[in-house]
Amino acid sequence: MADYIPNTRLQQQEMLDAIGFKSVDELFADLPGDLVLKQLLNIPGPLSEMELERHMRLMAAGNTNTENHVCFLGAGAYDHYIPSAVGQIVGREEFYTAYTPYQPEISQGTLQAIFEYQTMICELTGLDCSNASLYDGATALAEAAIMACRSTGRSRVVISRAVHPEYRSVLNTYADFAGFRISEMGYDTISGRTGLNAAQTMAAQDVAAFIVQSPSFFGVIEQVGELAEIAHKNGSMLIMSCDPISLGILKTPGESGADIAVGEGQSLGSNLAFGGPYLGFIAVKKELMRKMPGRIVGQTADISGKRAFVLTLQAREQHIRREKATSNICSNQSLIALTAAVYLTILGKQGLQETAESCLQKSHYAYTELVKTGLFKPCFIGYGASDLQVPFFKEFSVKSAIPVDKLNKQLLQSGFIGGLGLQQYFPELENAWLIAVTEKRSRSEIDRFVAEAAKAAGSFVSAESAGRAL
Amino acid sequence: MKEEKLIFEISRTGRRAINLPVCEVPEIPMVDIIPPDLLRAKPAELPEVAEVDAVRHFTRLSTMNFGVDSGFYPLGSCTMKYNPKVNEDMSKLPGFTKVHPYQNDETVQGCLELLYRTGAMLSEITGMESMTFQPAAGAHGEMTGLMIMKAWHRHNIDNKRHRIIVPDSAHGTNPASAAMLGFEIIKIKSDEHGGVDINELRNAMNDEVAGLMLTNPNTLGLFDGNICLISDIVHDSGGLLYYDGANLNAVMGITRPGDMGFDIIHLNLHKTFSSPHGGGGPGSGPVGVTGRLAPFLPAPVIVEKEGRYFLDHDRPLSIGRVKSFYGNFSVIVRAYAYMTSLGAEGLRRVSESAVLNANYLMAKLAGIFELPYKRTCMHEFVLSAQKQKDIGVSALDIAKRLLDFGIHPPTIYFPLNVSEAMMIEPTETESRETLDEFIRVMTLIAAEAVSEPNLLHDAPHDTPVRRLDEVSAARSPILRWSPERTP
Repeated sequence: MADYIPNTRLQQQEMLDAIGFKSVDELFADLPGDLVLKQLLNIPGPLSEMELERHMRLMAAGNTNTENHVCFLGAGAYDHYIPSAVGQIVGREEFYTAYTPYQPEISQGTLQAIFEYQTMICELTGLDCSNASLYDGATALAEAAIMACRSTGRSRVVISRAVHPEYRSVLNTYADFAGFRISEMGYDTISGRTGLNAAQTMAAQDVAAFIVQSPSFFGVIEQVGELAEIAHKNGSMLIMSCDPISLGILKTPGESGADIAVGEGQSLGSNLAFGGPYLGFIAVKKELMRKMPGRIVGQTADISGKRAFVLTLQAREQHIRREKATSNICSNQSLIALTAAVYLTILGKQGLQETAESCLQKSHYAYTELVKTGLFKPCFIGYGASDLQVPFFKEFSVKSAIPVDKLNKQLLQSGFIGGLGLQQYFPELENAWLIAVTEKRSRSEIDRFVAEAAKAAGSFVSAESAGRAL
Repeated sequence: MKEEKLIFEISRTGRRAINLPVCEVPEIPMVDIIPPDLLRAKPAELPEVAEVDAVRHFTRLSTMNFGVDSGFYPLGSCTMKYNPKVNEDMSKLPGFTKVHPYQNDETVQGCLELLYRTGAMLSEITGMESMTFQPAAGAHGEMTGLMIMKAWHRHNIDNKRHRIIVPDSAHGTNPASAAMLGFEIIKIKSDEHGGVDINELRNAMNDEVAGLMLTNPNTLGLFDGNICLISDIVHDSGGLLYYDGANLNAVMGITRPGDMGFDIIHLNLHKTFSSPHGGGGPGSGPVGVTGRLAPFLPAPVIVEKEGRYFLDHDRPLSIGRVKSFYGNFSVIVRAYAYMTSLGAEGLRRVSESAVLNANYLMAKLAGIFELPYKRTCMHEFVLSAQKQKDIGVSALDIAKRLLDFGIHPPTIYFPLNVSEAMMIEPTETESRETLDEFIRVMTLIAAEAVSEPNLLHDAPHDTPVRRLDEVSAARSPILRWSPERTP
C-alpha cells in the first residue's frame, strides 16, 4: 500500500514529543467521545500500485470503447481526433498540479494560456469577451440565462425544443430553484428548424432571452439571424449555443446577432471520458463584460513594466462579493480551457477550417449513402425545389425502418457504436436516429457502417414482412 | 526571465502543426451543401505555428507556473496535497477515456461500477446514504445541496423557509451559492473559541430558516465540539444541516459528518481525494445525503442489481439535472484509485498525519506570529500578521516574500473574522524536513519585517514577473489579444 505520507512513524512520534503530545489521539481531544469512530471504515483495499493497476485495468476492460469500436454517436459529445502534442503539453505537472492562479507572480503559465484561450474563443464566436471557462455546455447555457435575466431585469427565457434535452433539463433545474421561468418554442416538423412563427408568438415583455442551439440537437443549422431579430425587437437577448468545431466554417454567433454565445468545448481536444471533464465556454458582447460569471484573465504590467496577466474584474466574484457575486463559481475547468487553447493552436487557422470541412463532407457522404439504401429516410427536409436537404454540419437525423435500439445492438456486434435514438427525448420522432460523423471517420468505416446498418434494418424488415405474410 | 510572446505574436502566415488526411469521400461543392449566408465571412484568426513552436511556447509558459510538484503549497482550505502519479495513469486508460456517455448501459459496466463503488466508499466515509457525482466543483455541489434542501421543504409544503444561516467564517461560495437560489443570507458570528455562537444561532433559528451551512472543522481549523447541540437546534426548528466538505481531510476514519447530524454534504475530490487542481479545475463536487433526502438527488442515479449496474432515470422527486451526463468522470477515477490504494487504515492515517503536521507547524510558528485561537487545531490553522502590520508589513507582503523562497503562500485575508489572516494547511504529504524549512523561512521573514521591511514591500524579487498593477487591469480591462496591440 501507498499512503503518500513521507514521515515515518518514528518521525511522527518525535514531532509529537516536540510539541508536547503523547499520541495522535490527543490531537483529537476536542471531538466529543461519542462521535469518534470506534472501528475502521468499511473501505476496500489497501492495494499496492501493481494490484491497483491490475484491478483498474480489469474494470476499464468492462467498457466498450472508441478504440476498439467505430463511433458514430454524438449528441453533444464527439469523437474528434486529438493530436499527440495536446496530451503531452497538458500533462506537464506545472500546469495540472497548480492551484487557481491567485498568485500571479508564479502563475503566468496558466494566466497567459487562459488569456490566449479567451482570445481564441472570441475569434471563434465573433464576440468581444470570453471568460476563463465554465463547467460544461449545459451549465454555461444556464449561467447565460441567469445573466440575461439579471441584465434585462426580466424573469423568463424562451428556449427552443431543438436545444439539447439535457441542456434544457439543466436549465429547468436552475430556473426552478433560482426563480426564473422557462417557456419552450417548438420546431418546424418539416425542416426541424426552430419555427420563426413560434418565436414570434413567444415575444412578450417579460422575456429576457431567446435560446437557440445551432447546429441544433438534430444537427440542423438554425436561422439564428432571424431569431436574433425577433429577440431584439422584443428587447430580449439572443443566446446561442454552438459547436466550436462548426465555427471553423459556419457563421459566427456575433455575425448572427447573438448577444451571448455558449457551448460545449469537449470537441476541442478533450476525451469523451464518459461525460467529463468537459468545458463550458461563454462569450459576450462588450456591454455584458462585467456581468459575466466566473473567472476572467486580463492583461496588465508588473512594477518593472513587463507585460503580465492577472485574474481581473474580481469584484464580480464570490470570494470578494459573497452573496452579491454574479455567480458562485470558484473552481472551473481551467485545465480543459488550456487543452482547448493547445488544440486550437495545433490545428491553427487552416487546420480548424479543414477539420470543419472534413466533418461536413464526411457527414454528407454518410447521409447520402444511408438514404440511398432506401431503409433510412431523412427526418427533416428543406423547403423549395433546390433545397430538399436541410442544411446540417456534422450530425444528421434519419428515420430508420426499424427501432433504433435493435439497430444499434446489431451494429455493436459488427464493431460500431451507433447513433442516438431520438424517440426517448422526442416521442413524436419515431425510430429517428441521430448520427455524428467527425473528421476521424474514414471512408471505409463509413461504407462498412452503412452496409451493416442496411443489413440490420433490411433483415429485420424482411423478417417482419415474412411474418406478416404468414 | 524573458517575457514570453503570445502565441498569436509568433504566428506566421501559412505555417502549420498538423495535416489532415486526404478527404476520401466524393466532395460536394460547399455552396451545394450550405447556403453562403450561413458561412462565416472570414476565418477565425487562430495562430499559425509549427508543432515545435507550439510545444516550446507552452513548455516555457509551464515553467512560469508553480504546482504541487514544484514545491510546498500550504494553501489553507485548499488541501493542496500531492497528486499520486498512478492515479493519473489510471484515469487515462482508454477503457475510461474513450467511452461515450450515451453508450448503452451494457457497454459501460466498468464506468458505472466505478461510479457506484466510489459512491459507496464516500458514503461510508461521510456517513451518508447516497451520492450524486454530477456537480463539477465544490460550489456547484453547494448549489446542488441547497436545491435538495429547498426541494425537501417544498415537498413538505413548508414554503416559508427562505433563509440560510452562514457563519462569518464560511467560504465565500457558501453565501454566493445560497444567493443564487434566492435565499436570504443570515450571517452569524463566531464565539470566543472560534465556533458557532450558540446564542446567536438560537436567536436566528425560526420557521423561516431552511438550514445552516457549516464546515467542521471550520475555516479556523477548529473542531466545533458543540456540533451535536447545533444539529439539535437546527433540526428542532425544522431546518436542515449542510456540510461543506472542504475540510474533510481532518477527519477521515475519525468521525463522520453523518454521525454529527449533517443531512447534506458536498466533497471536493480535488482536495481531500488527491485529484490535481488543474490550475483552477476540473474538480469534482459530489453531494451526499441521508436516506430521507435520497429521492431528491439529481437524476439519473446508478443502481446495482445482481452485479449489473444501471442508470435509474425514474426519480419523480429528483431536483432534476445540474450538469450534462454524470459528472467529471476522470476526476472520479482518480479519487477511486486513491481510496483503493489507501484502504480504511490508510485514510485514517492521512487525517491523523495531516492534523499532526498542522499542529507541529502551529506550535513552532505561534511565537513568531500571533495565534488568535489557542487550541489544538485540526488539518489547518490561522495566524494573524497583525503584529507585523503594526510595524508596516502586511500579510500580503509576507505572502509575496515567501514566493522568493520557492514556497507557495498560505491563504491570506481569510477567514474574514481574523485580521491579517494567514491560513496554513500543510497536508499529510509533506515531510518534517519540508515543515522545518518552512518554519525557518517564516522566522527569517518575520525578522526581515523588522530589519528590512522594504525587502517585503517590494517582494517578490525572483519570480518570472514582479507585483502586478491589478487596479488598471480592472479599470481598463484587456481581455484578449488583438493585432493592433502587437508591438
